[in-house]
Amino acid sequence: METVPLLSLITFLPLIGALLIVAIRADGPEGERNVKQVALYTTIVTLGLSLSLWWTFDPANPGFQFEESAEWLGGNIKYRMGVDGISMLFVVLTAFLMPACILASWNTITLRIKDYMIAFLVLETLMIGVFCALDLVLFYLFFEGGLIPMFIIIGVWGGKRRVYATYKFFLYTLLGSVLMLLAILYMYGVTGTTDIKALLHYEFAAEAQRWLWFAFFASFAVKMPMWPVHTWLPDAHVEAPTAGSVILAGILLKMGGYGFIRFSLPMFPLASVEFAPFVYALSIIAIIYTSLVALAQEDIKKLIAYSSVAHMGFVTMGIFTITRQGIDVALMQMLSHGIVSGALFLCVGVIYDRMHTREIAAYGGLVNRMPVYAFMFMVFTMANVGLPGTSGFVGEFLTLVGAYQVNTWVALFATTGVILSAAYALTLYRRVVFGALEKPALQTIADLDWREWIILAPLVVATIVFGLYPMPVFEVTGAAVQALISEHTQSMLLMAPNP
Amino acid sequence: MLSAIVFLPLAGAIIAGFFGRQLGERGAEYLTTSFMMLALGLSLAAFSRFALGHGEPVTLTIFTWIDSGALEVAWKLRFDALTGVMLVVVNTVSALVHLYSIGYMAEDPHRPRFFAYLSLFTFAMLMLVTADNFLQMFFGWEGVGLASYLLIGFWYHKPEANAAAIKAFIVNRVGDFGFVLGIMGVFFAFGSLDFSTVFAAVPEQAGQTFEFLGMRLDVLDTICLLLFMGAMGKSAQVPLHTWLPDAMEGPTPVSALIHAATMVTAGVFLVCRCSPMFEFAPVALAVVTIVGATTAFFAATVGMFQNDIKRVIAYSTCSQLGYMFFACGVSAYEAAMFHLFTYAFFKALLFLGAGSVIHAMHHEQDMRHMGGLFRLIPMTWMMMLVGTFALTGVGIPLGVLSHELPNIGFAGFYSKDAIIESVYAAATDPGIYAFIAGIAAALMTSFYSWRLIFMTFHGPHHEDEETLTHVHESPPVMMIPLAVLAFGAAFAGMYFADDFIGHHRGEFWKGAIFVLEEHKALDLSHEVPTWVKLAPLAVMLTGLAIAWHFYLNNPGLPARMAERKGLLYTFIYRKWYFDELYDLIFVRPAYALARLFWRDGDGWLIDGFGPDGVAARVMDTTRRVVQLQSGYIYHYAFAMLIGIAALVTYFMAMGAQ
Repeated sequence: METVPLLSLITFLPLIGALLIVAIRADGPEGERNVKQVALYTTIVTLGLSLSLWWTFDPANPGFQFEESAEWLGGNIKYRMGVDGISMLFVVLTAFLMPACILASWNTITLRIKDYMIAFLVLETLMIGVFCALDLVLFYLFFEGGLIPMFIIIGVWGGKRRVYATYKFFLYTLLGSVLMLLAILYMYGVTGTTDIKALLHYEFAAEAQRWLWFAFFASFAVKMPMWPVHTWLPDAHVEAPTAGSVILAGILLKMGGYGFIRFSLPMFPLASVEFAPFVYALSIIAIIYTSLVALAQEDIKKLIAYSSVAHMGFVTMGIFTITRQGIDVALMQMLSHGIVSGALFLCVGVIYDRMHTREIAAYGGLVNRMPVYAFMFMVFTMANVGLPGTSGFVGEFLTLVGAYQVNTWVALFATTGVILSAAYALTLYRRVVFGALEKPALQTIADLDWREWIILAPLVVATIVFGLYPMPVFEVTGAAVQALISEHTQSMLLMAPNP
Repeated sequence: MLSAIVFLPLAGAIIAGFFGRQLGERGAEYLTTSFMMLALGLSLAAFSRFALGHGEPVTLTIFTWIDSGALEVAWKLRFDALTGVMLVVVNTVSALVHLYSIGYMAEDPHRPRFFAYLSLFTFAMLMLVTADNFLQMFFGWEGVGLASYLLIGFWYHKPEANAAAIKAFIVNRVGDFGFVLGIMGVFFAFGSLDFSTVFAAVPEQAGQTFEFLGMRLDVLDTICLLLFMGAMGKSAQVPLHTWLPDAMEGPTPVSALIHAATMVTAGVFLVCRCSPMFEFAPVALAVVTIVGATTAFFAATVGMFQNDIKRVIAYSTCSQLGYMFFACGVSAYEAAMFHLFTYAFFKALLFLGAGSVIHAMHHEQDMRHMGGLFRLIPMTWMMMLVGTFALTGVGIPLGVLSHELPNIGFAGFYSKDAIIESVYAAATDPGIYAFIAGIAAALMTSFYSWRLIFMTFHGPHHEDEETLTHVHESPPVMMIPLAVLAFGAAFAGMYFADDFIGHHRGEFWKGAIFVLEEHKALDLSHEVPTWVKLAPLAVMLTGLAIAWHFYLNNPGLPARMAERKGLLYTFIYRKWYFDELYDLIFVRPAYALARLFWRDGDGWLIDGFGPDGVAARVMDTTRRVVQLQSGYIYHYAFAMLIGIAALVTYFMAMGAQ
């Protein structure tokens, strides 16, 4: 036991920052600057704390660490927190992306900046909470609660069709969360506890597993998002402000994958195996279908959004191979995608701030005036394409290795995504960055300023470092994933009907 | 010192790329070029140690790359005879191309970027040839793909250059699709991706089967065919060749370095490196032979009617790579590597020579607008002649008269003839097919090579007056690389034939290439009948004679033929309609599907019956209610809060019980 409740500190620090901002008078430029600075410093301190978490974390221990427990709602529903290698990865990723989001909003958000920063900080608390919660009810609160600030961010600071996008987002997630809530109630009824650690070892009856698996699946599949419940994502991305897109792609989508790994696999092992082919089918459709759809897009953000869906197809495929490589790299792929797609949305934000359009056709030849931008955009494009040496490759390639061991057809179809992703990503890059600089509006466009530099440079470094040396990630997640797999194998043996 | 060979170019690329502005254009050029020269010097030392000398293979571990469960891969550099040969090829051509580019690109405003890309390419290529496992090889493989993409599209203001760059990347990705599946197959079958581990375990896997796509297939045949698919993409073999001619949109030094001498030979290198696997995969070997022979023939036919000087040489590249592959297919890997080695010299020479012509002609590439240049640029003309002699295989086969006498000739004479004799000696069905295709291609090679020389340098002038007055010989910085390459094209064959393919080849390769005892094509190639030995020479002379007749003796003939637009002529002139075919069966359907999935799938089906359908109903009823609210968000937030409050209440009630 830690003497300092580090996890609670990391989780609630942004909330404290938000409360501070509530107290600040935000009229006039002075006040607005204070608001922004409080938000920035809060997120930076949170990042620092989460890095110290990584530092003190014991990677050899497969179990939960930094555990906290306190009485809460009574009846064995407690405030339980803790992280293992899998969840810690996401805590750090969240904390890492947050300062970039605040910085990216520095000059672009002019309307109600105070509310905006509050929404973001509350969002951070809720997102970190999702990954730290060790109680189902607590998890559910964070999981669903995180949607509120996101709705607000899209709904208030979004583009022209923000209401439609928010509505769609809401409708889809509602569907999932209602089913998950029912499942949680059922589980509480049967086991009398909502302690995730206890539930991880509880053996549900085979029939019950199927229903519970589906209920959780509904919620996580929407978040992922998996085909065919993905159509909210392109609209949400297109309408969201840049930082909103970064969080959406970087963290919110990862909650689905995290949920599969944390709940679906270990709690419902039998159902997971049974439904794995179903997940493969959806994943493959997602990879091919949405990659093709990405080809036809004329809106930069929509294109990247569809490419996200395709990349998440690799993640779900990797998770449900239920092999060490499969899950290791599903995690790697999520981390990489969090960085890369977040960075791509930031790149779109850079030119959107200058030109106020997301139409691909409105650009062309940016390299002539923005060489630094062109370089960084190229790195992220190549990572998106899965070029070896970038973080995108490690995730994508090893997912395929995992899939190959399970089913060669799955690997074959999924590998076509390698060709399609090159087609849409390079076409996008060419139309936006290459070519002659002919459009009159672009003649004076400026290269990255120092603020944008500070936002993007760490992401470039992370993309390449994790591509060449992803070991820090594998080391952190390795023990936990290994434990998950061995546990799964054991419970499969127990549950298997005697021959 | 060995790792410096690989990392010097990387250092050059990084410095020139990021600090080009501070270094200045001259600085970037000199820095990258001198780093390359240094790397070349070290490579020559490595060549004499690992190939010519008795140096045992060396493996340097840098650090772990991936370690997940059973999959362990490290960044390693492997040096053996095979790597040594490739190091010399890559770094010689690269260093000379760097030097040449100082002259050729002198008027370009983006030289630091150009040199950074060149060095980056060289680094990736070196990572490829020094790889010790499949994954690192794939890193180099994709790295050269990236550099090639960047360099083809270097003149990014040209739409054709951009299109060609993307085409190159995507067609290569199609090949990579197979390569990646092959790598996965290797890991699945062998549990490792390290060359040494995998190759040691190959004999146990020989004849074994595994489940692939629901079929039971031979392990090694399947894996080798998948890997070969990658090789086909990178080395532009039919039907994945279509990107290479388009890649000529890039600057000419790039064509020489990447699309002639180094990157495109990566596929051949892959097959040779994996010779311990291919040797046990008879079906794969047969396919390699057939694909190589078909490409050699096909590309030579197309090369005969192209009018763009660079495209003629590009199709010639495809064709020559085909020779190397069919040599591999009959287990004459040494002959393939020898041809790769000599070919690098003369093909780089031809490209850089063509670049010198284009430079002199102020970026005119159409040979129909050239003629009689040999008086104006005699040095270039001589260099091109040496290259043509080497490519067409000019030589005097004294060995036919007596075993005592040596053969004397230009580089290609040794290597190409060795390949043709090997496929004949192999005496298999694919081998015979390759022999016929190889002889036919040799005839056409001679024809199109001489056609190029005659159209460009001889006959009447077709240039306009304006151009003619400006035609000038290239500066020394461009001519020196040409001279060095010409030296190699003239003597590399004669000097190294014995080491690469002769009786000393065992000591030279030291096991880096593995050939089964019963695969004796190369041994027997020295014993083929005299007519086989003379056949390449005969067709070479025939090709020369036909070219002379058409382009010097009777120069109106080709134009009249072109005007008649015979079916066969049109078919070949349109490059056998590959591009049109792919457009019809891949590109258009992909975009059609994309629109279908987007508008009808996402728009009509999913949204229509999902959120929009629900929305239409809900919105109608809530519109009035919503108007009372100040905004939607509070509405949602409020609804969520009520839900959560209800939930908490519920649990508190449950907990209280």
